[in-house]
Amino acid sequence: MTRLSSAFAKGHPALVTFITAGDPTPGATPAILDALVAGGADVIELGMPFTDPMADGPAIQEANIRSLGAGTKTADIFQIAADFRARHPEVPLVLMGYANPMTTRGPDWFAAECQKAGVDGVICVDIPPEEDPELGPALRAVGVSLIRLATPTSDAARLPAILEGSSGFLYYVSVAGITGKQQAALGSIEEAVKRIKSTAQIPVAVGFGVRTPEQAAAIAKHADGVVVGSALVDLVAQHGANAAGPVEALTRALADAVHSAR
Amino acid sequence: MSLPIALTMNAPAPNSFRTLPDERGHFGQFGGRYVAETLMPLILELETAYRAAKADPKFTEEFEDLLEHYVGRPSPLYFAPRLTEELRSLSLPGKGAQVWFKRDELNHTGAHKINNCIGQILLAMRMGKTRIIAETGAGQHGVATATVCARFGLPCVIFMGATDVARQAPNVFRMKLLGAEVVPVTSGAATLKDAMNEALRDWVANVHDTFYIIGTAAGPHPYPELVRDFQSVIGREARAQLLSRTGRLPDLLVAAIGGGSNAIGLFHPFLDDPSVKMLGVEAAGHGLDKEHAASLAGGRPGILHGNKTYLLQDDDGQITEAHSISAGLDYPGIGPEHSWLKEIGRVDYTSVTDTEALEGFQLLCRTEGIIPALEPSHAIAAVAKVAPTMDKDQIIIANLCGRGDKDIFTVAEALGVEM
Repeated sequence: MTRLSSAFAKGHPALVTFITAGDPTPGATPAILDALVAGGADVIELGMPFTDPMADGPAIQEANIRSLGAGTKTADIFQIAADFRARHPEVPLVLMGYANPMTTRGPDWFAAECQKAGVDGVICVDIPPEEDPELGPALRAVGVSLIRLATPTSDAARLPAILEGSSGFLYYVSVAGITGKQQAALGSIEEAVKRIKSTAQIPVAVGFGVRTPEQAAAIAKHADGVVVGSALVDLVAQHGANAAGPVEALTRALADAVHSAR
Repeated sequence: MSLPIALTMNAPAPNSFRTLPDERGHFGQFGGRYVAETLMPLILELETAYRAAKADPKFTEEFEDLLEHYVGRPSPLYFAPRLTEELRSLSLPGKGAQVWFKRDELNHTGAHKINNCIGQILLAMRMGKTRIIAETGAGQHGVATATVCARFGLPCVIFMGATDVARQAPNVFRMKLLGAEVVPVTSGAATLKDAMNEALRDWVANVHDTFYIIGTAAGPHPYPELVRDFQSVIGREARAQLLSRTGRLPDLLVAAIGGGSNAIGLFHPFLDDPSVKMLGVEAAGHGLDKEHAASLAGGRPGILHGNKTYLLQDDDGQITEAHSISAGLDYPGIGPEHSWLKEIGRVDYTSVTDTEALEGFQLLCRTEGIIPALEPSHAIAAVAKVAPTMDKDQIIIANLCGRGDKDIFTVAEALGVEM
């Protein structure tokens, strides 16, 4: 069993948490990651900052700006990942970001660095299945999961193409839109998750617009996992290098809600 | 236009340079569809709709009718006698090519951008979309988009970098007069690339009813192809006009390049004429060793805004800020077909600094009584360098893709003139 599949096989829905690497500084990130683990997160998504985060709302855009402004380099992110792996041998870590920073030294280089650092999976926002050769084969060759996104606009005809070659879990983006904005109606999420789970052999985690334990619990009734990002990133924005405490508290509230949802 | 020419135009020969993109939207390693999953179904739908429109004579008829009666096409092909003579006076005996201009600055709205906007809004309406968004740098594409939205009665939102809003105030007012909402974008350097990010964010949240009119031959497939096709009217006209006036093809085509839509529009119909050389002119800003916007000269391939192309970026693939005195060239990328044409060597690319472009601007004002936009002023500066190296009987066509009224404030400031 991989770290990712174990995280979704604990007998309760999984809490997936996102923060941006290097926000507010590369030195502050390890303590925030530890806070996520201590609070009960089952999967950690570590955002790779990019100058042009077109799929992100203001909260994560600003996190990217803070991180890059602090001088965060790709090498720092892999160092943060490798150190995390040494401290937390069992907690799955997923890198999430945009195509250009991931592919700029070639997909094989990126995949090898992921493997070396103990990264379990990669979510690339702007490589759809149609452009899979850009990254997918290199990741699969080294056993790093390519985690794809499905959205309200991904119809039944596209779903098999999205699932082909993806592993770990499927990230269902519950709203057609950017991160951190409005939440989708619960009914539509329930329906979509049901539809996707009838095709998908891998767990389905739902994200975008999930901010509170109540929202997370409602989604966890139907999904295998719930992703929370902008609400945690907001705490980092507010508390900076002292964000670990508040991040751990929110994570614990979210984890309690998600884990006991059904 | 005689029949054999029409046939050549429509049927690419074997080994043609005009057969791309392939079915996946790639020009060699460039192009493609690097978009978030939310947009992917819409991009595929757009491609289907575009194929159907292309095959529908009614679509072509309506497009051409609007180009003729609303835009004012064909635009003239103008021989520039005093500019030619001025450049000859700086040349060795027997040197100094004839300089001709394709006068797309005489189009309705004052630039080539309207050609593409007409095509895309017709496509949007065919697809049943009821809301239009666009990004703009200099404001020319924003004005052209606002214009066609007013013409067809569709609501229009224009995303424009706050820096550009400040330096292109007349165009902002024009867009508002035309009924568009102008949204200033403050992220990043608050210029064209940031406006494009914000337009993509709006689009992803409103895919059900919104059509994104992209202003240059870049972005995810099929945009580079359809923008090129709509802009190719420039090159088709120029080719027929020069043939009818002189009985021959030009020796060199010159056009400025930001994203590259006016250049690809001029070049594409000539790509399979081996005797016709082509020169794309990027913005070298303060100089290629300083801040500039020359992605081919100073960048390397990467992925941004839906396509793989040459980009200004650092070692980690972070996009670096572009600089040009011309807001319309101030973009760290370039259309993917240009990246491919550079790699295969069919088109030459050079660059021109802010200072040289300002000289080109004044040169055309003084010799021909035409105030060019700062974008084609880059092409004029390149013409001024290359024409004296060519024989007297050779012909250059440069694309005068926009008029300069919008730029007089920027030029005055650069020249130290109080207005």
